[in-house]
Amino acid sequence: METIILFAPLVGAILAGFGWKVIGEKPAQYLTVGLLFLAALLSWIVFIWLEPETRTITLFRWIESGSLSIDWAIRMDRLTATMLVVVTTVSSLVHLYSIGYMAHDENFSDNEPYRARFFAYLSFFTFTMLMLVTSDNLVQMFFGWEGVGVASYLLIGFYFKKPSANAAAMKAFIVNRVGDFGFALGIFGLFYMVDSIRLEDVFAAAPKLAETQISFLWAEWNAANLLMMLLFIGAMGKSAQLFLHTWLPDAMEGPTPVSALIHAATMVTAGVFLVARMSPLMEYAPYAKDFIVIVGATTALFAASVGLVQNDIKRVIAYSTCSQLGYMFVAAGAGVYGAAMFHLLTHAFFKALLFLGAGSVIHAMHHEQDMRNYGGLRKKIPLTFAAMVIGTLAITGVGIPFTYIGFAGFFSKDAIIESAYVVSDYAFWMLVIAALFTSFYSWRLIFMTFFGEARGDKHTHDHAHESPMSMLVPLGVLSLGAIFSGFIFYSSFFGDVEKSREFFGMPEHIAAVEGEGGETAGSSHGGEAEAEVADTSEHNAEETVVAMSEHNVAMAGGAVAPQGAIYMRADNMVLEEAHEVADWVKLSPFIAMLLGLGTAYMFYMRRPDWPRRLAEAQKPLYLFLLNKWYFDEIFDVIFVRPAMALGRFLWKQGDEKTIDGGLNGLAMGVVPYLTRMAGRAQSGYLFHYAFAMVLGIAILITWMSIGGGVE
Amino acid sequence: MDTDLIAASVRASSPEIIVIIGACAALMLSLWPHQDQQKYLTWLSLITILLASAQTLQLSPRPVNIVETTYSGMFVVDAFATYFKMLLYLGTALTILMSGKFLQTEEAVKGEYYVLLLFALAGTMIMVSGADLLIIYIGLELQALSIYVLTGFLKTRGRSVEAALKYVILGAFSSGILLYGLSLIYGLTGSTQLGVLNSALATADLSEPMLILATVFLLVGLLFKIGAVPFHMWVPDIYEGAPTPITAYLSVASKTAAFAVLLRVFMGSLIGLEPLWSSGLAAIAVATMALGSLVALVQDNIKRLLAYSSISHVGFLLLGIIAGTTSGMSAILLYLLIYTFMTLGLFAIVILLHRDVRAGEPLTLFSGLAQSHAGLAFMAMIFLFSLAGIPPTGGFFAKFYVLVALIDAGHVTLAVIAVLLSAVAAWFYLRLIMLIYIQPAEPTTGSTAAPATGPTGHARAAILLSAPMRLVLLFSFSGTVLSGIFPAWFLAMARQASLSGLGN
Amino acid sequence: MEDLLREYLPIVIFLGLAIAIGLVFIFAALIIAVRNPDPEKVSAYECGFNAFDDSRMKFDVRFYLVSILFIIFDLEIAFLFPWAVAFKDVGLLGFWSMIVFLGVLTVGFAYEWKKGALEWE
Repeated sequence: METIILFAPLVGAILAGFGWKVIGEKPAQYLTVGLLFLAALLSWIVFIWLEPETRTITLFRWIESGSLSIDWAIRMDRLTATMLVVVTTVSSLVHLYSIGYMAHDENFSDNEPYRARFFAYLSFFTFTMLMLVTSDNLVQMFFGWEGVGVASYLLIGFYFKKPSANAAAMKAFIVNRVGDFGFALGIFGLFYMVDSIRLEDVFAAAPKLAETQISFLWAEWNAANLLMMLLFIGAMGKSAQLFLHTWLPDAMEGPTPVSALIHAATMVTAGVFLVARMSPLMEYAPYAKDFIVIVGATTALFAASVGLVQNDIKRVIAYSTCSQLGYMFVAAGAGVYGAAMFHLLTHAFFKALLFLGAGSVIHAMHHEQDMRNYGGLRKKIPLTFAAMVIGTLAITGVGIPFTYIGFAGFFSKDAIIESAYVVSDYAFWMLVIAALFTSFYSWRLIFMTFFGEARGDKHTHDHAHESPMSMLVPLGVLSLGAIFSGFIFYSSFFGDVEKSREFFGMPEHIAAVEGEGGETAGSSHGGEAEAEVADTSEHNAEETVVAMSEHNVAMAGGAVAPQGAIYMRADNMVLEEAHEVADWVKLSPFIAMLLGLGTAYMFYMRRPDWPRRLAEAQKPLYLFLLNKWYFDEIFDVIFVRPAMALGRFLWKQGDEKTIDGGLNGLAMGVVPYLTRMAGRAQSGYLFHYAFAMVLGIAILITWMSIGGGVE
Repeated sequence: MDTDLIAASVRASSPEIIVIIGACAALMLSLWPHQDQQKYLTWLSLITILLASAQTLQLSPRPVNIVETTYSGMFVVDAFATYFKMLLYLGTALTILMSGKFLQTEEAVKGEYYVLLLFALAGTMIMVSGADLLIIYIGLELQALSIYVLTGFLKTRGRSVEAALKYVILGAFSSGILLYGLSLIYGLTGSTQLGVLNSALATADLSEPMLILATVFLLVGLLFKIGAVPFHMWVPDIYEGAPTPITAYLSVASKTAAFAVLLRVFMGSLIGLEPLWSSGLAAIAVATMALGSLVALVQDNIKRLLAYSSISHVGFLLLGIIAGTTSGMSAILLYLLIYTFMTLGLFAIVILLHRDVRAGEPLTLFSGLAQSHAGLAFMAMIFLFSLAGIPPTGGFFAKFYVLVALIDAGHVTLAVIAVLLSAVAAWFYLRLIMLIYIQPAEPTTGSTAAPATGPTGHARAAILLSAPMRLVLLFSFSGTVLSGIFPAWFLAMARQASLSGLGN
Repeated sequence: MEDLLREYLPIVIFLGLAIAIGLVFIFAALIIAVRNPDPEKVSAYECGFNAFDDSRMKFDVRFYLVSILFIIFDLEIAFLFPWAVAFKDVGLLGFWSMIVFLGVLTVGFAYEWKKGALEWE
């Protein structure tokens, strides 16, 4: 069944991509949609009836070379199952949505066949993404990792006639390359240390790695920390974290369904998935965890602050995605992988909903994307409006505190903020402020788009129309997800410690502790240790880290991979502690949300002149945010220009002078000389040929008589 | 000899017998002209090959290490021979499939063509199954004689006849040398059976002049067949002159069989003499790669270019022998399989583009192919990528495993040289790809031919893909791609075969 | 190896002698002979009458063909003769082996017949 899930999209991609001429463009579209829905259905079946222990389904031996032997296998556990559900569900809905969205496209003339190609790319992307999440070794994962990169490149640059789309596609690809370089180094490092890249073996070796020093670049490093950092750099690239985030907003050049599928729900979450997948290694890499928390929290705030002032509807959502990914990384870095995956799941629903809703708006407005030209669309496209509001309620985390009533984001975001409070004050405050910003820009989007008066082109506005059924159905389904997914899965992913252990197939906490001997048993005893937990919640991150690194010594036990989809060490009490935080902490995101909503209401409903006045009063700050903290400019100065200069230098001095001089001398002088000689020998005369043979024999005999016999 | 023994021998050689009977039947069929004769002959040949391959598979020993020796130990059926025979069936069958169109364009449809191909196949089969130097020699001659005739099959074309003449004379020269080496070996050891040689030579004095002479002559005879420097001189001329399907056959099947013999003799029986020949062979391998890659850079005829390309591939293959290990041998076996796929695929495309012999096959045939025939252009690109050894095509893994074997055996310098030279070789494959994708189609090749097809310059008439051609392309393309995606599966087959090849 | 070479010693001596004598004749002719050529002396000699054709006459290629074909049947006889003599002892196996051989030969014969290789004109 897993095999069918994995290969159905591939079959769809191949048939639609190569066979649409035979089967026709329409059938090709419906075929891919059908196959994706099949995969989604099976994924839910797998997810619901998943057995607790990890299963590996080997498809075939893939590469074999020396001690490196790689199977192509599916690793089935809760993590994989969750990702399967997310990927196939969103993907199938996006496929369906695309039938309507891509029906007419002004970027292509009427007789250009682009639809089948688009669907083939989408399905191909889904396949590579599934390969990434199902892999049981790092090379297969890397293969999928690069595969999604390629698919993303193809899809961002789908409007290949637009120069900006091409530039964005290249930017995405190149920025990701930086991350991939780190990821590849991490894989090499793991293979070097562990002599295997199977996850099973790597996990088993994690405690050993934590005690090993490895020299890299200029210094000695702790192996586990270093390798995890390298892997995380890969994750940063894919998940658009700070410094490597610049490609994500530009990637909005692609068609909107692509943004929903790749740049909101699936590909960008691959980094989070990677960190969660590597949890057994993460648990032994305290510094890497800190690093992840800091990067995640900073990204969350940074992206949210930029989102405040953007005017392009898709860019607002893109920065929002970037920010939400920061949330997930904070949770993963804090060691609460369940919360990270939980937010990943809910985020996939509501962010895909927002994107598809935005797509519906854009569709209605004839590909106008600037929010300043919207306004008053509530009446024109009521269903889209409803969906967008649901999405916004979900992303801003609306719900009633201290109850189980609320939208998806309410559960998952609060879970992360509570966890963040346990490990780091910095992360906590960053996330709360980011939540405020999130609420502001999300409502700003709603108010600017759907309320007020119609600005912009009158004609366009008059002809705004509700989208066809194939686009509204996915919106409806995703709305259900955005409303209920948090409530349904809260206890499994985060809310209930015991239940979530069972959910992820982890063994009992106590058993794990006892297995390691009495040393740690007294200090932390699973659920019973809650009394202590309350006061340890005051601990800041630094102390936790110290405690962890001391603990390393005790962990040098047998090299057996830990059970379960994710692994949390015996002393990782963040999950438990997060449930015990003070009430004001639990209330804080709610208050932030209200504040953001209120401000947005004031700014865009009551006093529409305020934003401009504020922008004028605080011009530097406004420009700073509008220009995305000048990251592109800084990168331009730091990397692009020096690289260009270096390139120009190498071109002029190195290439033209040295290489053209030297190598060309070789290539144009020596090589042709040799070739001429050989060519002259190739005279066409038989006796020359025979003579060469005789000469060869003579030389061989001489060689063997002198050299051969002596040895 | 006992009747049972003879029966066993006949059974063991039944694939060869089937092929020869098929050839005789085809010969008879060719005598009575008929308008669909070519179709019948193609079918007959293919069915013969199919039957033979079924029989080969049926005979193939289940536990791989069992070796059936028959004809008083002169003929073996082992996994090694089975692997090579399957490879030869593949090469020959694809050659037959792609011949139909070529013979029609050249108006040289004659039944003898298929007959001779089948005889050549029988010869190569005997070569790979032979466990006695004499049997191997007979197989080699049967193969060579058939190919001589096939090379000159286009009787009215000067280049074809010239190539045939050169090939006959040089071929006779080389088999004379081979025979001389063979007789010296017999003089030294008193036997021509490979199994006996092994033990007889185990204690040989390596500085003995006669032994050196014998080894050199044997080696040279076989190196001529595979076209290693400096015994390669015939290759470009014969490749260029021969009918294109025969060129394909030469570069694939006959080379494969010669490699089988080289492996069986030098890595099996003469392994005791390794210190004697390995350094010399290494020098030859490097020279072969260097010459093949460098000279190919300046060729402007596609068949000559492919000739040099095949020379440089031979150099790479020889490195596997120098590694001297099982993994080296299985790397060669895998390489030959992948090489068969990609070379035949490219030759099929050359045949499709071919107009007539007088125009030759200039590189410009390929220019602008991407505009007129995107699918073919894509396939050509994949084949060229594979030949250049660029992942994820099969060609990459072919080279990769040879290099791994080489490094494992400690020949790091050789591996570095090999990588550098294959980078040079990649250049001219990429040049072809550039022609295909970037260059606009040239009107007609710079000859005096009239500007036949109007002002647009698209001289290329639509290429008609006949069903056999489709089949060839399908096979070779999927082989090239699949071996790049699932190299381990192919390698496992090669490894099994090479284990048994070293076993005896 | 010594023994092997010693066996060939007489041959080497013969070879040396032959070369030596050959050289002696050539050089003797060069050194001693009187050379005084005239057209009559250098013209071709044809039993007393004037030459009416080039001495290097073209030979019809069909002769070669016939002789090659003849070789095949020659070989056949060479096999058949001892087989016939020992017919009683070779048994059924020997009989069928020869039949197979003849069968293959017949295929070839049929081929050359049909191709017209046996007809002179």
